[in-house]
Amino acid sequence: MSAPIIIKSIILTAEKNVRIYYKKPPVIIFGLLFPLFMFLSFYIGRNIDMVLFFPGFIAMTLFFTASAVGPLITPWEKQAGTYERLLSYPVTVSTIILGDVLAGLFFGIIITVIALISGIIFLNIAILNFLLMLTAILLGGFCFAALGVLLAAPSSKAPSNVMMLSSLIRFPLIFISGIFIPLQELSGTGLILSYISPLTYLVDIFHSCFNGYSILPIWVDLCGLIFFSCIFVFVANLLHKRNLAKGL
Amino acid sequence: MGKDDYAIRASNLTKSFGSVIAVDDMSFRVNKGEIFGFLGPNGAGKTTTIRMLTGILTPDKGEVIIDGIDLRKNPVRAKTRIGVIPEIGNVYVDLSAKENLSLTGRYYGLSRDLIEKKTRDLLTSLGLFERRDDLVRTFSKGMKQRISIACAIIHEPQILFLDEPTEGLDVQSRRLMLDTIYRVNKQGCTVFLTTHNIEEANKLCERVCIINKGKIVATDRPEKLKSAFDKTQSIEVSFDRKIEQESLSHNPIIKVELFGDKWRLYTTDPDRAIKYVVALAQEEGMHILSLTTCGPSLEEAFIRLTGGGG
Repeated sequence: MSAPIIIKSIILTAEKNVRIYYKKPPVIIFGLLFPLFMFLSFYIGRNIDMVLFFPGFIAMTLFFTASAVGPLITPWEKQAGTYERLLSYPVTVSTIILGDVLAGLFFGIIITVIALISGIIFLNIAILNFLLMLTAILLGGFCFAALGVLLAAPSSKAPSNVMMLSSLIRFPLIFISGIFIPLQELSGTGLILSYISPLTYLVDIFHSCFNGYSILPIWVDLCGLIFFSCIFVFVANLLHKRNLAKGL
Repeated sequence: MGKDDYAIRASNLTKSFGSVIAVDDMSFRVNKGEIFGFLGPNGAGKTTTIRMLTGILTPDKGEVIIDGIDLRKNPVRAKTRIGVIPEIGNVYVDLSAKENLSLTGRYYGLSRDLIEKKTRDLLTSLGLFERRDDLVRTFSKGMKQRISIACAIIHEPQILFLDEPTEGLDVQSRRLMLDTIYRVNKQGCTVFLTTHNIEEANKLCERVCIINKGKIVATDRPEKLKSAFDKTQSIEVSFDRKIEQESLSHNPIIKVELFGDKWRLYTTDPDRAIKYVVALAQEEGMHILSLTTCGPSLEEAFIRLTGGGG
């Protein structure tokens, strides 16, 4: 299979996902409304320094949005009876997975950029390192979109079950990743746990982009995101192939 | 015939799910241009086999060659040669009829112009051109099935796979499905269909393969299978009024069954049986409304081969 055909299949799968799944209620609820309400519940009525809180908010937005699409696609396709037809097309499971990841990544980028521009306009937030910001959004978005696709691997035929499982895994991560409690205030088990969350590395990079400092060296943060991306794609590929026939 | 002269060549296909062997060392060949029926009772392994032949499932053991291409080594290339209508082969209900066909065409690498032309032709021939921009969710089941057919043949595949193609369809959609199978076959497309509808296989297929519990139990032309397994013939007769079963149970009629308003009489000598029925009708002052002779049935062969008849 040549590279142009692989890329074409991935883009076509992503395009199909964008057209079909972006408007689905679980994506809007778990991808948009939840992070917004989380933000409002922490922001309203509190005297929070937005400059300090903003990196965490943007990271949380990218995390929730990019990982919202992936868990939905495979269960929805299996439930609708379209997955078997998709598999019969000249594609492989790996290209389908990467197409799903790409759809999550686009969704994450679009919403995050809107939130970012809103922050710049309404809160006078300044980006100190634009190139690093762009790299972090792309890497973080890919990593979280891959996590979303991995969460669809149990291949339940009921999208609601997978969305519940995905919330069960995604929600705890935002509490251990330096969003609400800064990394420098974490210690012991909390600090160890924070390092097993990919979100931690993105929050740290965003602190560097907005506030000019990071707890870890930037190269460590970038390597962390790349490492988790590779793990998520590899395991998603493995589990999706293993569970392929379940629910067909 | 050479290795590449077959449309499908399956060798030693085996697939297990846990401790259950769904397909057990199955080998068969499908000639180019033929309509090949794959028959078996529910749970015999038909769907698992078709999924292995279409690259959806990977066999635990064995080899599938599609139009000369090894499916395991070149899955994408092999898949470009086939069209598939899965058992629950739904199309995307959130896309329009036109968008579904366009998406499928693009997956097969067709040019935009060709997709446009094929979409117009297919939707017109399937009577859906007026609804081309409507979302498929607004379509009836039969209309959705027509879109499913169009998606499977938009790229003019060399081999068309159909898994229980007429299951649950109304008469009109069933007829359309069968017409499509005939039409693509006339154009040179090999057709591989799984079904448990014996009559459908009997009418459509040049050869049938009967499977049971994951194993092939017979492969032959329907007529040869019928004559090999059923030496008896039957007569279907209906009268203008009710008649007791006992009066029909007379030599050479060996078995009598009532189906609706028709009696089915099994015999090894249809000539004598018909003469007896006519004489009986005259004697009892009854009118014969219909009288049909039926040859040995594929159903009988199927039941014997799959052990369903005891």
